[in-house]
Parts: sequence; C-alpha cells; structure tokens
Amino acid sequence: MKIAALRLLVLVLLLGIWEFASGRLVSAFFISKPSSIGAKFWSILIDGTLLRNMGITASEAVTGFIVGGLAGAIVGLALGRSVTLAKVFDPFITAFYSMPKVALAPLFILWFGVDFQMRVLFTAVIVFFLVFLNTYTGVRNVSRELMTVFRLMGARESHLARMVVVPSAITWVFAGLRLSVPYALIGAIVAEIMAGNSGLGYLVEHAAAQFDTSGVFAALLGVMILALALNLAVKLLERVLMPWRDASEQREVTV
Amino acid sequence: MDRPSAKRHETSEGQDGALIRFANVSKRFSLEGGEMTAVSDVSLDVRGGEIITLVGPSGCGKSTLLNMTAGLFQPSEGTVFYEGKILSGLNHQVGYMTQSDHLLPWRTVFGNIVAPLEIRRMGKAAARERVESLLETVGLQGFGGSYPNQISGGMRKRTALARLLAYDPQTLLMDEPFGALDALLRLRLQVELRVLARRLQKTVLFVTHDLEEAVALGDRCAVFSARPGRIISIVTIPLPEDRDLMQLRYNSDFTRTCADLWSLLSSELARSGT
Ligand SMILES: Nc1ncnc2c1ncn2[C@@H]1O[C@H](COP(=O)(O)OP(=O)(O)OP(=O)(O)O)[C@@H](O)[C@H]1O
Ligand SMILES: [Mg+2]
Repeated sequence: MKIAALRLLVLVLLLGIWEFASGRLVSAFFISKPSSIGAKFWSILIDGTLLRNMGITASEAVTGFIVGGLAGAIVGLALGRSVTLAKVFDPFITAFYSMPKVALAPLFILWFGVDFQMRVLFTAVIVFFLVFLNTYTGVRNVSRELMTVFRLMGARESHLARMVVVPSAITWVFAGLRLSVPYALIGAIVAEIMAGNSGLGYLVEHAAAQFDTSGVFAALLGVMILALALNLAVKLLERVLMPWRDASEQREVTV
Repeated sequence: MDRPSAKRHETSEGQDGALIRFANVSKRFSLEGGEMTAVSDVSLDVRGGEIITLVGPSGCGKSTLLNMTAGLFQPSEGTVFYEGKILSGLNHQVGYMTQSDHLLPWRTVFGNIVAPLEIRRMGKAAARERVESLLETVGLQGFGGSYPNQISGGMRKRTALARLLAYDPQTLLMDEPFGALDALLRLRLQVELRVLARRLQKTVLFVTHDLEEAVALGDRCAVFSARPGRIISIVTIPLPEDRDLMQLRYNSDFTRTCADLWSLLSSELARSGT
C-alpha cells in the first residue's frame, strides 16, 4: 500500500517536472507536455483512431507471436531430440541468429509487400528464433537421470516425450515467450514504421512526420499499454499451463 | 497394500538358483588424469525372493553396484547375470529407487505415483484406486494433490517409494530409501517392505548406512570395504523369516549381529583411515 502511494508520488512528480520544464527549460516542440499529450491521447481514444490502430498492431504482434512461438517450440523440440539434426543445422542457425533481424525488413517488404502478411511474418521470424533457441536448450537440458528412471519403468519414447520432455521444455518455451513479447512488438512496429499505412507504428511515424510531438507521445503511450497487456497475457497463460511453477513461487525460500 | 490387480511375478531363476549373479565384477570410472576403481572384484549370488542389504563406507560403490544391476552401464571387468543371462542394456525387470528421488516436478504426488501405471496402460479407475491405497501405505493420504516442491524431503522419498511399489517390478533396487524418515515411519515402512517383499516374492537389494536397518530387513547383509569397494563379508542374518520388527530390540540374535557388523565395519574404517 505504502509502495503504491510512493509510486504514485514519483509519477506525479515526474509528470509535474515535465509539465513545468516544457516551454520553460526545453522547447515544447521537442518534448511536448503531459497535459497536451493527455488531451491528444483522449482525442484519438474518443475518435477511435487509437483503438483501431492498436487493434491492428496487436493482431499482428499476437499472430506473429503465435506462429513464431509454435514453430519455434516445435522445431526446438525436434532438433533438441535429434542429435544428428542438431549437428547438421547448428551452424546455419547460429549464422542466422546472429544477424539483426531488422535488417531483413526490406527483403520482406520486397517479397510480401507492405500489408498485414508481411508484418506478421516479420514478427514471427523474430519470435521464432527466441523461442526456438530457448526450447532447444531446454530439451538438451532435460535430466538424463530422470529419463533413465522412466526408461527403466518401461517408458517408450512417446511416454518420455509426454511425461518428461515436453513438460520440462514448456518452462523454457515460456522463458522464450516472455523474452519475445517486446521483440514481437518491435517487429510489428518497425514493420509499420517502414511499410505501413496503419497500426501504432504508423501512428507514431505519421505524427512525427507532421512534427506533432504530442501525437508521437500519445501513440507511444498506446505502445506501452499494448506491451503491458501482452506481458500480462503471457503470465496468465503461464499460470494456467504450469501450475507447479505457481506452487514453487508460493513456497517460502529455503536452502 | 497388496492389490489383487498387482501382477505377481514368478521368480524365474538361473540354472543354479541365482536370480542376480555378480561374477568378479569391477567398475572403473575414468577421471581427468587417470582411472578410479569404484568396485573391485565383487562376487555375489542373489537368490530370487531374497532381501540383501548392502552396507559400507560412503563412496565404496554401493550405488554403482545397483546401477549395474539396473543395466545403466556395464562392469569394466566381470559379468552381471540376471536370470542366468548376461545383462546388457537396461534391465526392465528391476525398479530403482535412486538416492535422489527423481520425481517429476510438474506432476503432483498423485501424478508421479500414477505415471508407471499410465505407462502400462492400467485403466483410470483401477490406477486411481491403486494410487490411493499406496498413498495410505506410505502415509501420504491427503497429499496427492501437492507438487513435489511443496512437500518435505521425507515425503518426496515416500512418493518415490510409492511410485516404485506402484509398478511392481520383480526386483527392487533401493538406495537409502528410508534415510530421511523419522524413526516411527521408518519402522512402519520397514515392516511393510518385508511383508510385501515376502508375499509378492520380491528380490530386494537394499543399500543403507544404518546397521540396525541392515540386520532388521535383510536375509543376508553384504559388508563392503572402503573404496575400491570389495565385499569383505556376507553375513547371514540369524533371524526368522517372519521376524517381528517391533520386538527386535529385545532379540539377542539381533543385537549380536548388529555388533558383529559394527566390528567388521569399524575395523574397515580404521584400516582405511576415514
Ligand atoms: N557415473 C560416475 N562417473 C564417475 N564416477 C562415478 C560415477 N558414479 C560413481 N562414481 C564414483 O564411484 C565411487 C563410488 O560411488 P557410489 O555412488 O557407488 O558410492 P556409494 O557407495 O553409493 O556411496 P554413498 O554411500 O555415499 O552413496 C565414488 O567415488 C564416485 O565418485
Ligand atoms: Mg550411493
């Protein structure tokens, strides 16, 4: 409770300083000010611009997230289980992974145009690598002792996959997914900025092009809200799919 | 705790009556810069239906011997026979309760115990009933829904024990299974184990650091030297089949055998300087 009050205080203080500095210490042209950002935010909220564009960005990010996440988890599981495949693909994956994905955007625009499809694919590629690498490491790290104990019980590969490998990989898949949230948004928004006529990224870019700083900040506020919502969604999903994690969080720490 | 559904194994034995035979078994592990002998020239015949307890200083290769019985790896020298056949590859006739519990963290206590029953496709209702009765046997009623990270070390051991009993293997390999339990529960499970092993004709290799436990449970007790582990003595326990574990304290054969084991081990410890 006390913490919440302090947080509120910090927020109010920061906004107050911003409001004060704007026009007095720094030109309002560059930093706008909270009151006009609020007004702008309110106006694009009321006329539906914000929600429409936020919806577009969200559906790009979420679709890309799901496609990339699923593909990453599946390929990660497959390569993690097969030593030969992993050996064959390792250098390609490393090479591809070390490339900044944003540099691929122009190629994607060339291939898929500037519409929804391109932005989703771009996001999916980024998410794919994060989830894939996490899942792959996770599968490699499944306790061999645990597998042996189950093999002794007569477990076949399908049992091992269902009882041991997949559940233990889920933890890692989610680590990848959680890492991916900001990147999925980056993917969607970068694509919109470079090649969009809709979405939050477009909103940011459009406002900036018209030197409308308040508009830029209002759109960024929208981006922030979307990011928080996506994070929350992943957390909830995690709680549903991994109840044992919850149990360990509730436990007092012991050594 | 014996369910009628529990499959009863015939004790099939090798020609000469030994279910498990260690013939001059040695095991060396390679370490950086050399080799280390964990088990040295161990020979032991285990008859079907027999309970053998293994005692010896820490690091003398008791777990290593169980690992070889489970077929996790081959001896460096000598041979392990199971049912008269040379053991190669995993031995699916044994159930192994390892020194660490190896439970699935993502499954509840119930889910862990039921896992081997799922593997052998037991019907849901029958499996549920069997797990409930096992939970009772190991004193975990009401904890079926807890996750392993929510229960104590002793309770995890008991979960692992219940899982072992659930799948009802011919031979039980138990590595210090009762180490983390309080005296009363320990006694209860010892009684349960002996009764069960006898009734279902189980063969048991039981590692323990507790000499009284080794005497109380065993038909014979193999005493190991410090590393490299050799068997220095195989003591036949002079107690009846249907011994009453509750009354052993007052049994002179029991106390004498414990004292014998102790002198064997303490001279071994003194010799090895640990
Ligand atoms: N997989 C392995 N690789 C290398 N060395 C091993 C391995 N398993 C066991 N050892 C070594 O073999 C020796 C015997 O180990 P083992 O676990 O069999 O002892 P133990 O008698 O069970 O001891 P404790 O009573 O402490 O459990 C130890 O020195 C151990 O370090
Ligand atoms: Mg051991």
